[in-house]
Amino acid sequence: MGFKSYVLRRILSGIPVFIGLSMLIFFLARVLPGDPARLALGPRASDEAVQSLRDQMGLNDPVVVQYLNYMAGLFQGDMGISLTTNRNVAADLVYFFPATFELITVGMTIAVLFGVPLGIIAGQNKDRFEDNAGRLFAFFGVSMPAFWVAILLQLLFAFYMGWLPATGRIATAPPRITGLMLVDSLIATDFAAFRSALAHLVLPAFTLALAPMADIARMTRSSFIEEFNKDYVHALETSGIPAKLIAYKYVLKSSFAATLTIIALDYGFLIGSAFLIEIVFAWPGMARYGVTAILENDINAIVGVTLVVGLVYIIANMVVDIMYGYFDPRVRYGGDE
Amino acid sequence: MGTLTSENRSEAMENRIESAKRIAYRFRQNPLSLAGLAIILGLVFIAVFAPYIARHPQDAGYMGEPAVDFANRFAEPSWEHPFGTDQAGRDILSRVIFGTRYSLVLGVFVLTFAIGIGVPVGLVAGYVGGALGTLLMRITDVFLSVPPLVLALAVAVPLQPSLRNAMIAIAIVWWPWYARLVYGEVVSVREEQFVEASRGIGASRIRIMFREILPNVLAPITVKFSLDMGYAILIGAGLGFLGLGAQPPTPEWGTMISEGRVYLPAQWWYSTFPGLAIFIAVLGFNLLGDGLRDVFDVEVK
Repeated sequence: MGFKSYVLRRILSGIPVFIGLSMLIFFLARVLPGDPARLALGPRASDEAVQSLRDQMGLNDPVVVQYLNYMAGLFQGDMGISLTTNRNVAADLVYFFPATFELITVGMTIAVLFGVPLGIIAGQNKDRFEDNAGRLFAFFGVSMPAFWVAILLQLLFAFYMGWLPATGRIATAPPRITGLMLVDSLIATDFAAFRSALAHLVLPAFTLALAPMADIARMTRSSFIEEFNKDYVHALETSGIPAKLIAYKYVLKSSFAATLTIIALDYGFLIGSAFLIEIVFAWPGMARYGVTAILENDINAIVGVTLVVGLVYIIANMVVDIMYGYFDPRVRYGGDE
Repeated sequence: MGTLTSENRSEAMENRIESAKRIAYRFRQNPLSLAGLAIILGLVFIAVFAPYIARHPQDAGYMGEPAVDFANRFAEPSWEHPFGTDQAGRDILSRVIFGTRYSLVLGVFVLTFAIGIGVPVGLVAGYVGGALGTLLMRITDVFLSVPPLVLALAVAVPLQPSLRNAMIAIAIVWWPWYARLVYGEVVSVREEQFVEASRGIGASRIRIMFREILPNVLAPITVKFSLDMGYAILIGAGLGFLGLGAQPPTPEWGTMISEGRVYLPAQWWYSTFPGLAIFIAVLGFNLLGDGLRDVFDVEVK
């Protein structure tokens, strides 16, 4: 099978998962006990007020009709009105998503930049000090609650040392074009804003990076070691090619596929951690919007945020599979799984 | 197949004991797994004997509502209050000690439920297959297409925020991981000779699934259980932190961190120590799970 049709098939296979996800989220939000309208208005609202909001939100229709209406709206960029912002949820998401995207992308970049070399160093020094130190670090990285690390870093570097800002995203924002502060400040050639955006990113992005960094280091290490024990490496060694060259030119390239999977999986998980981190750092992103929606029982916003998170997750997995197929053509013939 | 002679049986028994011994030996060789086991045993001990270990059990709501002592509010860590006191003058160490109970109960409840649903689903989908199997695995895929924390948040909303509902929400999103794990294992042993043989002598599907196939899946489930205990505790604390889990003044770790955050940076100890407890507990389960993974030689993600 050609690469193109493989890519196409992989993209198409994401569609039923997304539709399934939309059903799951939608029905969970409707079927579980608790009346969204009552929750939104609070216990003291009159029954008439609740009824009229129910009518307005279409909650009195059969669930299937509600779902179909919702999906029909979704394709026209209508995700219902948020009860907290009074705007369309789709507009809110377009507004808040870039901040989260910027945060987790910078976070993942940090995780890869540190995690991959750490894994290689550990793999080259298997069972020696570097390896054991790396393992311990990896255990710590995946065991610390991210929101707690966030608080500690904030205490240390923002409150005590005063080196970095404790909360927020930027001092004075440049004109909004992409919604990504780093990009927008460069477009406006406002370097003070760029520095400010960067300074605000350091703590939350590093906090987010910790767990995937540990994961990536661990995966790089084990696939590096596995690859290093293969016959072709011994063949290269006996033909006198320096160990460093073998490590970086051959082994790294072939062992990278496994690391890629972890990167994509963790990218999805980062959105989950962002829900906690954005709260600590008052980061005005989609996750914080989602948490506010949750605390205010804003059902349309909750469904919207969850759908976007799922979509990012599905796309991340899709990208991995496609990269896999690119690096290793055998995968393209491997059937469904 | 005739009945086993007693000789055969004792031989099989000996083999089993031999392999158990080997596993125990390999486990003991790894200091990190032993450390993990020690941490977990310590946690269980603390959880069970919390009223006797904590110096101020009444501050954690033992035998009644949590006590208040405003004269002592925000006391710095000292000999009397090693972790300091909170906004109501309650001893944070005592509260952290009692918090062990909530986190362990949450983890055990979530995983018992997840295994109880996920294992049968995976067995049926993998062994029976067909349209039912495909449907079950598609549903599983959908659940796995959102990070567990986010899905748990979405489920927790319509339920009123409480520790019990947080546990239910996490359990609802957790079973698919076990379904997929078991499914993968079942598919790989389905065509093995011992299953074939069992089919040949007319064993029922149920018997084959539970007596022949399930034992092969126990090792990866055990490993995943240990790793997931840590992960479930993290997510439970995360829900508490967001205000969707246990409500104040319950001494749940995540809830305490969230309460303490308001008083930063002056009362630094308030959020710091409950977080340290989460870290140690999760570390213990990760160390143990990793050790078990090496011993059983299984790959689990």
